[in-house]
Amino acid sequence: MNLTLKIWRQLDASDKGEMVDYKVTEISEHMSFLEMMDVLNEQLIASGKEPVAFDHDCREGICGMCSMYINGEAHGPDRGVTTCQLHMRMFKDGDTITIEPFRAAAFPVIKDLVVDRSAFDRIQHSGGYVSVNTSGNTQDANATLISKTAADKAMDAATCIGCGACVATCKNSSAMLFVGAKVSQYALLPQGQVEATDRVMNMVHQMDLEGFGNCTNTGACEIECPKGISLENIARMNREFLKASIKG
Amino acid sequence: MALNSKVPHGPLKDKWTDYKNQINLVNPANKRHIDVIVVGTGLAGGSAAATLAELGYNVKSFAYQDSPRRAHSIAAQGGINAAKNYQGDGDSTYRLFYDTVKGGDYRSREANVYRLAEVSANIIDQCVAQGVPFARDYGGLLDNRSFGGVLVSRTFYAKGQTGQQLLLGAYSAMNRQIARGKIEMFNRHEMLDVVVVDGKARGIIARNLVTGEIERHSAHAVVIASGGYGNVYFLSTNAMGSNVTAGWKVHKKGAYFANPCYTQIHPTCIPRSGDYQSKLTLMSESLRNDGRIWVPKNLEDVKAIREGKLKPTDLTEEQRDYYLERRYPAFGNLVPRDVASRAAKERCDAGFGVNATGEAVYLDFAASFERYGSEQAKIQNISNPSPEKIKQLGQEIVRAKYGNLFQMYEKIVDENPYETPMMIYPAVHYTMGGVWVDYNLMTTIPGCYAIGEANFSDHGANRLGASALMQGLADGYFVLPYTIGDYLSDDIRTGKISTDTPEFDAAEKEVSERINFLINNKGTHSVDHYHKKLGKIMWDKCGMSRNKEGLEAAIEEISALREDFWKNVLVPGTATEYNEQLAKAGRVADFLELGELFAKDALVREESAGGHFREEYQTDDGEAKRMKEFQFVSAWEYKGEPKNAVLHKEDLAYENIEVKERSYK
Repeated sequence: MNLTLKIWRQLDASDKGEMVDYKVTEISEHMSFLEMMDVLNEQLIASGKEPVAFDHDCREGICGMCSMYINGEAHGPDRGVTTCQLHMRMFKDGDTITIEPFRAAAFPVIKDLVVDRSAFDRIQHSGGYVSVNTSGNTQDANATLISKTAADKAMDAATCIGCGACVATCKNSSAMLFVGAKVSQYALLPQGQVEATDRVMNMVHQMDLEGFGNCTNTGACEIECPKGISLENIARMNREFLKASIKG
Repeated sequence: MALNSKVPHGPLKDKWTDYKNQINLVNPANKRHIDVIVVGTGLAGGSAAATLAELGYNVKSFAYQDSPRRAHSIAAQGGINAAKNYQGDGDSTYRLFYDTVKGGDYRSREANVYRLAEVSANIIDQCVAQGVPFARDYGGLLDNRSFGGVLVSRTFYAKGQTGQQLLLGAYSAMNRQIARGKIEMFNRHEMLDVVVVDGKARGIIARNLVTGEIERHSAHAVVIASGGYGNVYFLSTNAMGSNVTAGWKVHKKGAYFANPCYTQIHPTCIPRSGDYQSKLTLMSESLRNDGRIWVPKNLEDVKAIREGKLKPTDLTEEQRDYYLERRYPAFGNLVPRDVASRAAKERCDAGFGVNATGEAVYLDFAASFERYGSEQAKIQNISNPSPEKIKQLGQEIVRAKYGNLFQMYEKIVDENPYETPMMIYPAVHYTMGGVWVDYNLMTTIPGCYAIGEANFSDHGANRLGASALMQGLADGYFVLPYTIGDYLSDDIRTGKISTDTPEFDAAEKEVSERINFLINNKGTHSVDHYHKKLGKIMWDKCGMSRNKEGLEAAIEEISALREDFWKNVLVPGTATEYNEQLAKAGRVADFLELGELFAKDALVREESAGGHFREEYQTDDGEAKRMKEFQFVSAWEYKGEPKNAVLHKEDLAYENIEVKERSYK
């Protein structure tokens, strides 16, 4: 198929940036979206132009590096996939496709479609862990029983890949799905209980410092999340936060 | 220099404990004055950085990705082995050790493997304490599954995302130390050289991938944890950025490179679909617990399937050839990866491949749907369930176990694997070879260590499933943090290492000149042009089977391609900006050297062992034929051109295990 691409080009963080049109031809429907971008970039390099910078690494939907806003949706029109898992069969011959970076005040653009998501790391630094040293003397893994339901729910929350689609999708650029998922994983497990109060207070505090917006429960994040992280996690974080606030 | 593996004396089962009791330690107050650089933040690098920081060392961590959480360990799916014997099925430290040595086709170092098996149980305890949500059964205990090449269930898992959860565990341990200032994290940075001062590794030269700035970083020791080199094949299941650069740079500065030809071609990957393909996707080996592998018995059926006139589900049991069950009745679909891959290639080479390219076999879950469905019907007290009901109940169980993998398959192939068998074909997945290390995990450069997939130590010529995660975390959490202390105990009075020295000047100059050369070359072909060509040579001549003639040709072709690369490569943009093409050019340049050494290593190893299959050396029924005189590790010393590398042999002695023909029949 032949396509017109409207792509955000921005030299660096200080550049104003603009949309630029490109044409690609003979795109197979079996290609992944990023393979289509590879074709475009090889074309640009061959004609002496600068290729489009975009983040990507594992190309199997788990590292969370790829981050394109395609036709107004984080990771494009398909559901339950990252940009790298999106395939060209979702598009038609002659389509015009708009490609932008994930936009949020807390995710400044580095170049073209590459954004800086280190705010997510800093939120994790503030409490996204259990304080346990490596020793070789921790208790046996089966010493504490954990119900299958709790373990499964914790796993569902822990499935978050930290891509930032939730933030890019939210009209308020809220990171509450991301933070809620991490808070939930630990809140559901006995190992997370000891530090539960400090964890939720510190992570929410850091989230606010980074300039992420608030949650107004539109649920758009849940729909666009490539890993199907549920809104329940935001509710659970709010409960944990309330509990922690009362405890002080 | 003679190779000294520094394996401690004494009985195998006491070696590690006795050794730990005797080595030098650094007192906690002195650790504050010692810096350690860790390159890479996967399971090995992440766990090492966190543990070293917990112990009190000042750690500097480097990752080329935008966050440590994105290292490619995250993509490991199936699970992690540990000799816990929770299932009571006869597992033990010795059995894990035995399986690993046998699985590696008797080409790994006994003492290292035994230590790995010994600490494996600690890993599970540690990860559970960190809040890693492993799968559990209804009683609240940890669940296990089986992997290839073993007869017990010792694999712990978190759905099909075990690597992700373990890496997030190590990442969380890192985060705690980053918050305390004990780890200084350098994201979007790439190590481009090691700096050796007075014969010791004392720092690295790194490039900031956002600004292009070249930076000097000093430390008392340097740990390479940068993963494997599977991307030398262009197409592999590795991440796009996975590279050999860190390992190759230390090799060029004096670290021997061991067994480069030992590569794992994983049997269950999604087949390639066209020339535009940028990478391959793995379908976890755990699927072979429940999936049966087959091709049609008759060539007419193959033809009809390829033409779309026949569906695989139309074929009766009698018309199918479950070739693994036929050839290897004892292990069936759970033979080790090298064996399963070669068997698939054998069938496809004979013309039985089931897709248009002729390079695919079926992985079929119908029998599992039936088996699990019948069991569920009994549990749920459903009398006389219809076949549809049984299938539906069975599919629910399979979905709970592997749902994300089935979804991944459907998104890529556009076929529903619940309704029609998956198509799979072998692909490059892991490299057992790597930087040579001694028992302390130290390379032949004093103070330079290599851990995880970046080293060569534990898997011999073939790695068993769910053992990569085990080795990465064993090295990072439980081995390196002890052994590095023995070396660093001499450095408590050294003080901060200055970066303002002739050695750092020289290393930085070399790095800058190379970058400037690449940028200013303004040739005619893109970096990918060369990478694809290299990949084709590697796959055709150094792939699943190799022979003398092909390997000799590969050495010449790679050498010529490298020359062409340096003359005609085109790198757009400048050196002082975010420039992915420039970063990639450096990595491909290193692959072009490694590839040649790889072919040379494969040529010299005149035997078949594990993932290294030489057509000249096979048994009458086509199995790998080991040769007694090759019972050694090949450690290569850099001497300019890769083809001039000098071979050093580390003889392998097996005192606790009988070396036998490796049979899975």
